[in-house]
Amino acid sequence: MTDTFDVLVIGSGPGGYVAAIRAAQLGLKTACVEKGPLGGTCLNVGCIPSKALLHSSELYYTLNHHLSDHGIHVEKAAFDFDQMMSRKRGIVTDFNQGIGFLFKKNKVAHIKGTGVLKDPQTVEVEGTSYKAKNIILATGSKPIELPFLPVDEKRVVTSTGALSLQQVPKRLLVIGAGVIGVELGSVYNRLGSKVTFIEFLPKICPTMDEAISKNFQKILESQGLTFHLSSKVISSDIGAEMITLNVEKGEEKLSFEGDVVLCSIGRKPYLEGLGLENVGIQKPEKGFVPINGRFQTSIPNIYAIGDIVDGPMLAHKASEEGVAVAEIIAGLHPHIEYMAIPNVVYTDPEVAAVGFTEAEAKSHGFEVKTGTFPFKTNSRAKCTGQVEGMVKIVSDAKTDTILGVHIVGAHASEIIAEGVLAIEKKVKALELANTSHAHPTLSEAVKEAALDVHGRPIHR
Amino acid sequence: MTIEIKVPSAGESVSEATVSRIIKESGSFVKTDEEIVELETDKVNQVIYSPGEGKLNLTVKVEDVVTIGQVIGHIDTEAKGEPEAAPSPTPQKEKKPQEPKALPPMEPKTEKESARSMPEDFVKAVQEPPKAEAPKPAPEAPPPSLAPKATEEIPHTTRRRMTGLRKTIAAKLVEAKNQTAMLTTFNEVDMTQIMEIRKREQEAFMKRNGVKLGFMSFFIKAAVAALKEFPDINSFIVGDEIVTFQSYDVCIAVSTEKGLMVPVIKGCDEKSFGQIEQDIGEFAKKAREGRITIDDMRGGSFTITNGGVFGSMLSTPILNPPQSAILGMHTIVKRPVVVQDQVVIRPIMYLALSYDHRIVDGREAIQFLVHMKGNLEEPTRMLIDL
Repeated sequence: MTDTFDVLVIGSGPGGYVAAIRAAQLGLKTACVEKGPLGGTCLNVGCIPSKALLHSSELYYTLNHHLSDHGIHVEKAAFDFDQMMSRKRGIVTDFNQGIGFLFKKNKVAHIKGTGVLKDPQTVEVEGTSYKAKNIILATGSKPIELPFLPVDEKRVVTSTGALSLQQVPKRLLVIGAGVIGVELGSVYNRLGSKVTFIEFLPKICPTMDEAISKNFQKILESQGLTFHLSSKVISSDIGAEMITLNVEKGEEKLSFEGDVVLCSIGRKPYLEGLGLENVGIQKPEKGFVPINGRFQTSIPNIYAIGDIVDGPMLAHKASEEGVAVAEIIAGLHPHIEYMAIPNVVYTDPEVAAVGFTEAEAKSHGFEVKTGTFPFKTNSRAKCTGQVEGMVKIVSDAKTDTILGVHIVGAHASEIIAEGVLAIEKKVKALELANTSHAHPTLSEAVKEAALDVHGRPIHR
Repeated sequence: MTIEIKVPSAGESVSEATVSRIIKESGSFVKTDEEIVELETDKVNQVIYSPGEGKLNLTVKVEDVVTIGQVIGHIDTEAKGEPEAAPSPTPQKEKKPQEPKALPPMEPKTEKESARSMPEDFVKAVQEPPKAEAPKPAPEAPPPSLAPKATEEIPHTTRRRMTGLRKTIAAKLVEAKNQTAMLTTFNEVDMTQIMEIRKREQEAFMKRNGVKLGFMSFFIKAAVAALKEFPDINSFIVGDEIVTFQSYDVCIAVSTEKGLMVPVIKGCDEKSFGQIEQDIGEFAKKAREGRITIDDMRGGSFTITNGGVFGSMLSTPILNPPQSAILGMHTIVKRPVVVQDQVVIRPIMYLALSYDHRIVDGREAIQFLVHMKGNLEEPTRMLIDL
């Protein structure tokens, strides 16, 4: 069977499935090729299952650690790990079906199997050729592994395996204290694991603003997580009972023992078997598929989005790009402001950021002004007891334009939306400071930080 | 069936227009090609004709700003009814608006237009705000403005909006004044011979060409001859370069009800006196009917303006950018002049040539005008390409 589509999307992650639905909405005949369950990394082995486990484990942790502050006492609180996992699987399955339903509703053809580019108009899936006027590559990324530490997803795991462990490990070693590492490390720490991080760089979550990163690390340490920074794993011994990691920390030589090792040192574009070479798209040595400002690869009717192109590897970034490409193909004029793409860590407290860190702003030639405000003097935070963390705003001293908003604190993922809008619309710190914020709310800390840019916070 | 009424393109640089007049009211019946609406752009007025026969439903009103391609109403071809029927009893306001803002999807402006605004673009936008926002170096003491503020009530006055055409004229004239080094040289022409020829040959010319032999064809022909002699006057400046026209397209300033229009008579070097007079006649007619189009006014390498028709003795015309010179004709007055040491009465016209001193030197401008004077006083010289 040969069929010609206006748009054929390879990959059904948050970039691919959103691109497919948007293209179909615009009246284009659309298909989406997926070899696994619908939803890609985000839904199946990323954002969604991790947030399910983060929330379950956070409830348990709150029960044991915070409720007594409120005068609530629970005796012998216990959790059922299997039930936590099956709840997580249920959520994932619901969403798998949800995307299938959205495809049907929008008349997107779901082609099951591995898509391989044959020529610029042809994609072969499991022996069947499909013709398409436009092809969108949205194959996503996969975890980077260490050569001396073969992943079996049982004892040596990536994020994928860490989301499906059979039991809570006594000792969890995490290589790489980035977003994925601290999220999954938090899950098992709350459930009772002794979690130790080995991070190559001198700070955790290296893309974060320095002040935020330091504040965040302190909070996590107070929860029992251990960080070894500026440390490099040089070899491993995988024994029958346990795994030993040999680490260099400056001159020091250390070794750490664990039952499970999580390797979360980053992700790389997943392009194997896609057939880029068949159509003449240069396969990049290491990095991303090169595209122009309209997401076109070197073959004009083949577009690329999401984790396989430059920019942060984030689901919502991929989705924005998916929408943009569908609209470009339909002749519209979409626009993405990459400065205004937020980044969130779903630990407790959460960390959220948008725009430049103070250091980035300086390196781009800005004379920087900053304002901060701690949640410990925020009235709402005081009421709920979630007083950890702070807000930091970075602005241009010359024009007062907000360049970055950084938050550590409860519900940072929700509060950051205000900062995203501020960056998207190039709002000035004073404008944000003069905007009414409901009282008592956590978001008042953002207003106060903006006031602090001008040296006049009210509640400090 | 309903036929959409769309705003047609009015030329390259025109992207929006203002509804200046509703010729056919909404609800009335119109025939194909009947005039419905008049639009005004910053360059020209344009009438929209009915694309079909039926009941007219307009979704715009006077003063509305519309964009090229916008649907401004429909013709309902199904609706039967006597043409010129009384307007429908339903008050217009209750009619559903026909999504006046719904634009058809447009082609991408350019293939290179980027959908991705990267952090570097953000940095640039913040660090180099658009020029309009850049603080201007403040004059040491800002002169107190004598002009009243736009919002200020001024007693014993009436107000009306400037039309798009008026605004364009205003902007262009100020631009011409501010961006060139403009000055004017004068001379006088004895019109005796031209007047004699016109008198003597008028009938024959009229018979042959269907139009009267006016003064303008002589002046255009004399100007072409002089432009050939002084090509710098048939030139303009682009950046650091002087661009010289190889054609002789002469603009004629025409006063219309709406304001000044400057249609172009193309290829004047190759046209006969008759063809030139015919072109002028055609433009005069179009101007009276308000039909001069943007294409009629595009281009042109030299302009002639005749203030004489209103009685002007002498004036200093202002350049028509990017052109480098403009000739002003004036009223013909009998004056005592000295010819062969005798004071005689002759019909005299003063001529003025305003020119851009950046590109044209005084010597050339003066010689240009003297050259024209020679050919106008003895038109037979033009027969032998002098």
